[in-house]
Amino acid sequence: MKYKAEIIAGIVILAFAIIFLLTNASIQQNLAEGEEAWGGADGQAAEIIESSGYEPWISPVWEPPSGEIESLFFSLQAAIGALIIGYFFGYYRSRQAAS
Amino acid sequence: MHIMEGFLPSPWWQIWFIVAIPFLVLGLYQLKKLFAEKRETIPLLAVAGAFVFVLSSLKLPSVNGSCSHPTGTGLSAILFGPFITSILALIVLLYQAIFLAHGGLTTLGANVFSMGISGPIVAYALYVAGKKASLNTFVNVFIAATVADLFTYVVTAGQLALAFPAPAAQGGLLGSFSAFLVIFALTQVPLAIIEGVIIALVFKYIIDVRPDILVKLNVLTQNTVNRIREAAS
Repeated sequence: MKYKAEIIAGIVILAFAIIFLLTNASIQQNLAEGEEAWGGADGQAAEIIESSGYEPWISPVWEPPSGEIESLFFSLQAAIGALIIGYFFGYYRSRQAAS
Repeated sequence: MHIMEGFLPSPWWQIWFIVAIPFLVLGLYQLKKLFAEKRETIPLLAVAGAFVFVLSSLKLPSVNGSCSHPTGTGLSAILFGPFITSILALIVLLYQAIFLAHGGLTTLGANVFSMGISGPIVAYALYVAGKKASLNTFVNVFIAATVADLFTYVVTAGQLALAFPAPAAQGGLLGSFSAFLVIFALTQVPLAIIEGVIIALVFKYIIDVRPDILVKLNVLTQNTVNRIREAAS
């Protein structure tokens, strides 16, 4: 079948989204006031390390001053990547059509 | 898998730099050779690098209430091998360390080793083994990319456990390894599956538009390409 891979990918992503919605509902119910779920795993590991009394010996040279600016750089990263992928697939596709 | 700035004490951050540098040098050498001998593959290299850019910027929610991101290195490892992939991972990790304070410059060696070297080596080895066993190409790509993503996080857990072994009463090295493994690897399982599926899908599109390059890179044989194209039409 021509679109087998697309269908499988669609089903997996849909299942992922449904599982997220279900777990999110149960997590939100059990959350204490002011607590926030869905933090980063990187940060959780850092918390474990800090709870053992370790102090990072150096801090980053520059940190995004706010969450908005951080998300700007993350979106920029994704946009640069997506642009390159789209450009070259389009290039290949049109060359293939021309030949 | 990003170990944050300052979170690896001496001598561990130096050790991981020393471990990572030979792989990067070999990667640069292979890259130079690729540029000289197989120029027509360069757009595909850009796509593979861009893929790491996109996937490692997406922080996805997992089943256990925390977020993590895929690595996207599986595609490049399968196409160009683990050493060139380490260079691509270095570029992405530098971007994130400088602009996002995500990861760090002192922990760069450790992060390059987990994301750019150990994961891609596993992906490459699995892909080659699967090809020899004439496994279905897409299943093979899926398995290689998924396991590579997971393995990257296992390595990160190992790196942190080595630097921060728990006191002997709490299980020592193994105790802290399993603690970090629960945080990283467990979160990663669903994300690794998503990454594997997406990389297999992109692989299909590459076979669609430029199967000749895949043959040239020894990723697929001409016979396999013919068979896949026949099955798709």
